[in-house]
Amino acid sequence: MAKKLISVTVNGRVQDKAVEPRTLLVHFLREELNLTGAHIGCETSHCGACTVDIDGQSVKSCTHLAVQCDGSEVLTVEGLAQAGVLHAVQEGFYKEHGLQCGFCTPGMLMRAYRFLQHNPSPSEEEIRAGMSGNLCRCTGYQNIVKAVQYAAAKLQQTAKEAA
Amino acid sequence: MIPPTFEYHAPKTVGEAIGLLGSLGGDAKLLAGGHSLLPMMKLRFAQPEHLIDLNRIAELRGVCEKGDVVCIGAMTVENELIASPVLQAKAPLLVQAAKLIADPQVRNRGTIGGDIAHGDPANDHPALALALGATFVLQGPGGRRSVKADDFFLGTYMTALAEDEILVQIDVPAFAPKTGYSYTKLKRKTGDWATAGAAVVMRMDGGKVSHLRIGLTNLAPAALRATAAEQALIGQPINDATLDAAAKAAMAACDPAEDLRGSVDYKRAMAGQMLKRALREAATRCQ
Repeated sequence: MAKKLISVTVNGRVQDKAVEPRTLLVHFLREELNLTGAHIGCETSHCGACTVDIDGQSVKSCTHLAVQCDGSEVLTVEGLAQAGVLHAVQEGFYKEHGLQCGFCTPGMLMRAYRFLQHNPSPSEEEIRAGMSGNLCRCTGYQNIVKAVQYAAAKLQQTAKEAA
Repeated sequence: MIPPTFEYHAPKTVGEAIGLLGSLGGDAKLLAGGHSLLPMMKLRFAQPEHLIDLNRIAELRGVCEKGDVVCIGAMTVENELIASPVLQAKAPLLVQAAKLIADPQVRNRGTIGGDIAHGDPANDHPALALALGATFVLQGPGGRRSVKADDFFLGTYMTALAEDEILVQIDVPAFAPKTGYSYTKLKRKTGDWATAGAAVVMRMDGGKVSHLRIGLTNLAPAALRATAAEQALIGQPINDATLDAAAKAAMAACDPAEDLRGSVDYKRAMAGQMLKRALREAATRCQ
């Protein structure tokens, strides 16, 4: 099948590539761009380990074709830290021990990042609902909730200081 | 898992999509949110030669109000349903229900039209459309036609949609004041399909049920309208005895398949429970 030319901005860099229509976004990121942060977990859009940001929305990249991203902006976990400084959600997962094996973490971070943009000061219940598309087999979720709470507080403090 | 090879088409208008569907025929499938089709392609349950992606057709997205009807573009995603002020005011059943469908990421991609046109009895929108008394607008090479939700779902993966047609719009009657509603869904976890689900739209007059439509999810080969249960309650007050009678009538109409979610008897019992809860909640909203 003929390859399609796509132009997609990933973590701020324009990528012009030819892709097979059947190439899933997660494979494109991992194999074409060597961005292996987004993980391939269940492959059926349940586990959330492949979660990335497309045009400001959380999407499971195992169930999205790369060719559908032509003209889009994609953010992966590799794009979260700026100038070597961890993003607040990364710092939160680190400080609150929001991971053990780490397999689900890139998806958790990307979902937490977008969730906090939509809801900067969430309740615990809202965090659990907002993160419900991501599965973790290690933590029992408690520390993930704490990590998101940490990030929310830090982001709010940073916004206050900037104001 | 990587899907089999296919040619990809991304039309910008409905006319263009219908032209492609006509010329490519049975070898083509329409791609909406892709959260049913792409997993099916990975597993080789579906192997279309061509995918016609509807995501770039702007005219298929959005919610508007035309007189007493709420018109929903078929490519409107679940999170847009939840956020829609028109639906919150005029058809809040869809807002309540969309929050129970899949998870936050999937709700960014999954569309109301894809959920309906797929014809899967486990999907939630078919039963919701039955309860709402919705009408589906189908567009083909010869123009548009309307089919009532009551006449659309023919069996598992079988609908009234012809091969050369696209579901373009869902028309929902706007709720009259004091219309009660509820969607109850028993599921094992976030993102699971319903073990049993019940959608209810109700109005009351003088303490008695004057209007009632009930749709049931995943309890038969296709979404089920529980007409006998509706008839059992019309003209009656809501109390334990009338709720029991309605639940019994609905359970008798159910024909669920046994799977990991439970046995036939368990699912039928849960159908009764979900329906009673939905009817109770809808009744409280009729005031």
